[in-house]
Amino acid sequence: MVAVPAGSLVFAFFASGVVLLATGHDALSSYRRIFDAAFVARGALSDTLIAATPLAFTGLAAAAAFRMRLFNIGGEGQLYIGAITAAAAGLYLGGSGGPSAFVIAAMVAAGCAGGAAWALIPGVLRAFFKTNEIITSLMLNYVAGYLLTYLIFNSQSYWRETKGFNAAVFPTSKELPDSALWPAATVHVRGGIVLPLGAAFAVLAALLLWVLYSRTRFGFEAQVLGDSPRAARYAGMRTRRKILAVMAISGAVAGLGGASQDGDFRHTLDADPNGLQRQYYGYAGIVVAALGRYNPLAVVLVAFLVGGLQNAGNTLQGADFPSGLVGVMQGIILFSALGGELLVRYRVSLGRRAPAAAAA
Amino acid sequence: MNNSLLVVLLASGVAYGTPLLYAALGELLAERSGVLNLGVEGMMLIGAVMGFWTVQRLHAGTGISLAAAIGVAALAGALVAGIHAFLVITLRASQIVSGLALTIFAGAAGLSSYLGNDLGLADNPARHQFHAVFPESFQRWPVVGPILFGQNVLVYASWACVVAVWLYLSRTRPGLNVRAVGESPAAADAMGIDVTFYRYAHTLAGGAFAGVAGATFTLAITPQWVDGITGGAGWIAIALVIFAFWRPELCLVGAYFFGALQALAPQLQAREIHLGPTELWANSLPYLMTVVVLVLASASGARRRLGAPSSLGLPYVREER
Repeated sequence: MVAVPAGSLVFAFFASGVVLLATGHDALSSYRRIFDAAFVARGALSDTLIAATPLAFTGLAAAAAFRMRLFNIGGEGQLYIGAITAAAAGLYLGGSGGPSAFVIAAMVAAGCAGGAAWALIPGVLRAFFKTNEIITSLMLNYVAGYLLTYLIFNSQSYWRETKGFNAAVFPTSKELPDSALWPAATVHVRGGIVLPLGAAFAVLAALLLWVLYSRTRFGFEAQVLGDSPRAARYAGMRTRRKILAVMAISGAVAGLGGASQDGDFRHTLDADPNGLQRQYYGYAGIVVAALGRYNPLAVVLVAFLVGGLQNAGNTLQGADFPSGLVGVMQGIILFSALGGELLVRYRVSLGRRAPAAAAA
Repeated sequence: MNNSLLVVLLASGVAYGTPLLYAALGELLAERSGVLNLGVEGMMLIGAVMGFWTVQRLHAGTGISLAAAIGVAALAGALVAGIHAFLVITLRASQIVSGLALTIFAGAAGLSSYLGNDLGLADNPARHQFHAVFPESFQRWPVVGPILFGQNVLVYASWACVVAVWLYLSRTRPGLNVRAVGESPAAADAMGIDVTFYRYAHTLAGGAFAGVAGATFTLAITPQWVDGITGGAGWIAIALVIFAFWRPELCLVGAYFFGALQALAPQLQAREIHLGPTELWANSLPYLMTVVVLVLASASGARRRLGAPSSLGLPYVREER
């Protein structure tokens, strides 16, 4: 189970090393710097958690749907919508001076509901019209992105800051009130590691999804529907309902990721044009889910590692560090994981008529 | 008259639509053979960066430089597509995940950015670029001037490509074979058609077209290199193939329509026409229309008649025939 992902990592480091050497960079020192910036340096772990938390959410969202062979690649848009609805809840309830726990709970609920509603659009289309969910969920990512841009930059919406001199020159969204900011715990080692509340939610969501998929009838049926739709229908499983339920769960997890962006990190809906949209959390989440082989617990672990890689990429960005290297490495890791699947699915035998030859 | 909103929109629709058209034609070829490639954005960016690099580094005349740049862009796109082809055809990996991986690998924060940075391409305008072919006087003709005669050679070449792809798929033996491979690889295999070869060839051809599409950005539309210069055009191209029911001639119409919609919002701003939410609608329309078309196509049960290859996205495993 671990051999393929681990082997993929080793291969990816090797292959990216070839790219680095071919273009005249010192591969080993680049790797050392990445590792240092991701996990070792002062404050590195805190930053890695900031990068990993949204990836865990979008990764879990993708894993939840892909398990049933529902290819929801709309995590990106569902995260935006979750961020929009959660910000509305935070602004509205936080502004009226409610207790913080209540405001945060409302933001979580609103984020989940927003993401789920956005995911249900392709879900309903798939369930009732058999419309391919890959393309529809992808298209809705763009619509959600334009909606986010519109709310902050091209309209006088509820989310937009309209007071003050700066707001007239540089459009931005309203700051969330204090009671809508999510608390974080700090572990006092190596200058303090900040554990955001969202990271705890992500771990909780992973546990719940793991239980749902491996210990309940619901999860079993979803699995069967994914692996063999005909057998599932023959056994009398409710296909439509399950599609709707799984899409809603997937969207809710992505939407929660959006809520965590508001409450944990950004403290506003989006401060600069394309700030949230330039991160591609939704698409990276699919990579994370695939590397974790759609196992929720593995997804969280992979999110942490990929988050470290991304954090290193951001930190080291500059003239002396090859830009784009992190994306190249992520791509190669994923390619080799995909290729490695073959070794799991098939028995590779070397030589002719050698029945008990090398098996992987 | 030539400054009226409609004419400007149509003219820029053709200009902005051209990269969409090239990319969509390539994706159409791949999908007709049964290979879905979601890595168009990544392949386009690789074509964009390598085409631009050729123009900057090659010491030759304008014509030769540009021709070489298009060749290099096509080659680079095909090379990157080769990764996807190997993974999904030979290793039978998931086409969706592999395509997304390709975009992450090659895209805005990946190899294209790495190459652009490493080859030192940013901050300089292109040394050569594609200009309008016809003289100024032609371009001043009312209506048709800017739309038909104000374009560069890539636009006219794309029309030839549309005709070529249409003829290829509908009038030639290999073209019929491609369609057989996309519809029913098992039947095609039984007829003696090499399924693997056809799928490889058309996935690579799709990559080459995407590479040219990318070079259209760096050599014609905005002649410079910027990270992520294609700005999501690759994704629109994927939608466009569906929107056009997998038919090359409809790709042309769809590309210009989507191109004109892209030009709508900036044109409205430039004319200080503020329509409020209209801008949101104009931006979202291509995506929403694709969704609607998809729903209509699937709801009427007319998927096959509309042209979706039956085995699109499915690996062909001979042993499981």
